[in-house]
Amino acid sequence: MTRKRRRLMILVLALLGLGTATALTLSAFRDNIVFFYSPSDLAAKPPGGRTVRIGGLVEAGSLKREGGMTVTFQVTDTAKSLPVTYTGILPDLFREGQGVVAEGKLGPDGVFTATELLAKHDEKYMPPDVADALKRAGHPGKPGDTSSGGAPVAAGEEHQTSTLRTHP
Amino acid sequence: MHRFANPARFLKIANAVLPWVAGLSVVCFAAGLYLGLIASPPDYQQGDTVRIMYIHVPAAWMSMFTYSTMAVAAAAALVWKHPLAEVYAKAAAPLGAGFTALCLLTGSLWGAPMWGTWWVWDARLTSVLVLFFLYLGYMALVDAFDDPARGNKAGNILLLVGAVNVPIIKFSVEWWNTLHQPASVFRLGGPTIAASMLWPLLLLAVAFQSYFFAVVILRIRAGLAARRVQTLRLGQAG
Repeated sequence: MTRKRRRLMILVLALLGLGTATALTLSAFRDNIVFFYSPSDLAAKPPGGRTVRIGGLVEAGSLKREGGMTVTFQVTDTAKSLPVTYTGILPDLFREGQGVVAEGKLGPDGVFTATELLAKHDEKYMPPDVADALKRAGHPGKPGDTSSGGAPVAAGEEHQTSTLRTHP
Repeated sequence: MHRFANPARFLKIANAVLPWVAGLSVVCFAAGLYLGLIASPPDYQQGDTVRIMYIHVPAAWMSMFTYSTMAVAAAAALVWKHPLAEVYAKAAAPLGAGFTALCLLTGSLWGAPMWGTWWVWDARLTSVLVLFFLYLGYMALVDAFDDPARGNKAGNILLLVGAVNVPIIKFSVEWWNTLHQPASVFRLGGPTIAASMLWPLLLLAVAFQSYFFAVVILRIRAGLAARRVQTLRLGQAG
């Protein structure tokens, strides 16, 4: 074995070891790395009195203004949903059907009181006229779907899973 | 690949390529910036704020491209002792750091109105910040030794260790819940970005890429010249 070969072997082995160690560490700390929990996560692992972040879609039709700067709405991951109340300024992208991340505490009454609200943007970019055309056609799919017109149901599902993406 | 590791042969090719990549960069910057900042439509959700994306995304791509190529160069330098590989890594580092800083800065400017925050410690933002520190750490480390050969070796090892961060950046938005949105262009199932917005983005990506090649060629030339000066000095002293 030449010296170059030996150096290459050492390098490959070291990188493999490092990669494995990183993968193990990251999967062990998965619960700490996620930025927010879904309503289902929260139901499975109640946080008690801790401050946590929850995320999901603002359920369509659930947004209510309570007077002043207080709003209530439901955050859903399509399996479970959670009532949230928040007082303060809403971010630009906050709207029904869009992703949202809220930081706060879960009360004993099951209502999540948010102290900070962040809007989550999905990965779709399109001009307003394309969005209107899609809406008229009845499916919030990706921009490419306008011409093909294919699989509106699949496109709708993709929209929800990609916005939410809870860890497997 | 080994053929081009010869500095003289590399310089011959690089000098021929340089005016072309420089010209390409100028043309693509002009066309891409015009299309992106003026002629392209606003987004249905974000309005005109979407235009930040035309700078942010190419900068982010380049930050990862630059680091990946530096890591490959580090491996080549450690295993095959190619003289050009170390010169390349040192030449590319400040460019990569600049791209990463631009990416973080524009992302922050976009996040403030859209998310409602300048910064969060989610997996994507944090791993990109780590990438920025890796660049700074590499640049500090290679020059921290009296013996340049030892500095280069330490820097190469740092580059290879830091390479685990690159897939973490790319897949952070899929492995964990993050505030940052998932990929829109390089994803299974095709881009989720309208063609009228994809074109300026791709033009600017080419502009950033060719800018990188042009500047890195200039910096490699300077790096090789500095090495020659050093060898000559050592020859005179000895």
